[in-house]
Amino acid sequence: MKRLRSIGAFWYDFVVGDDWRVAVVVVSALALTALLVHAAGVNAWWLVPVCAFAALGWSLRRATSRG
Amino acid sequence: MAALPLILTVFVACAVEAIEALTIVLAAGLTREWRSTFQGMTVALVVLAVIVAVLGPTVTLLPLTALRLVVGALLAIFGLQWLRKAILRATGYKALHDEASAYLREVAAAEAAATSSRGRVHDWYAFTLSFKGVLLEGLEVVFIVITFGANQRDVGAAVIGAAAAVIVVTVTGIAVRAPLARVPENAMKFAVGIMLTSFGIFWGAEGAGVSWPGHDGALLGLVPVVALVALAYTALLRRTRAALPTSAPTSEEVTSS
Repeated sequence: MKRLRSIGAFWYDFVVGDDWRVAVVVVSALALTALLVHAAGVNAWWLVPVCAFAALGWSLRRATSRG
Repeated sequence: MAALPLILTVFVACAVEAIEALTIVLAAGLTREWRSTFQGMTVALVVLAVIVAVLGPTVTLLPLTALRLVVGALLAIFGLQWLRKAILRATGYKALHDEASAYLREVAAAEAAATSSRGRVHDWYAFTLSFKGVLLEGLEVVFIVITFGANQRDVGAAVIGAAAAVIVVTVTGIAVRAPLARVPENAMKFAVGIMLTSFGIFWGAEGAGVSWPGHDGALLGLVPVVALVALAYTALLRRTRAALPTSAPTSEEVTSS
């Protein structure tokens, strides 16, 4: 059980890293983009980059305001 | 995308990880025993090669749209984390990864550990230290090789980039017999973070169904935009940090990789 937990922790750290919020924003942005493209017919190519830049800024702000 | 940008991106990403693995291998080899160290390194490289050989062709079989969505999301998350770390290091909020001090820490631990042999391995500590170091650093390279290679339907080109980086770093490490502390590691990580983020955004959005203006040519615009945003955040944080009364990173930040 302990080994399983440490494997899970390794992969979480490997993929998600220090700030899980970045992963949540990226996945949400992709889901919203797919929704806009397929349900509303909007070619929202700009949405993922904008959300990614915002997520990076937000994460940096959180990291630097803690110290 | 042509093979050259793919090879170069994988080369730089792999070189960064290979430098960190080299530090561990050198510490194990110079303080313990070279034979067990090489055994550990070889087994780790074989495990990594098997992962690429099994996962590479398997992932390539997936439908391209689904592959781009999943891989794009993973690459964007992965790239943004690299970029975040590189920006924090460039601005002094996180200590720079210091190969020389990492080497000294590994040497101290290696000198203190007892020697025990198992099977054909004479020094089990040197074996496991080398094996773990190469495997863990190599997993990030495997991830990049598979995701970039599968998306471009050219895993072979990605493997060439990774293999070239391992050879260059290994030969340099053997030549100088010291950790490669003078390599601008953070600048390389910054560049790789920009590339991973750009490709992740591009493929992820494409997998979600968007049609990029200019099609594949959009990447030529996206990479500089990501770079500019990252540089702007770096400049902003430098200014903010300069205004702070104290500027030393915390001990937790110093030891993080």
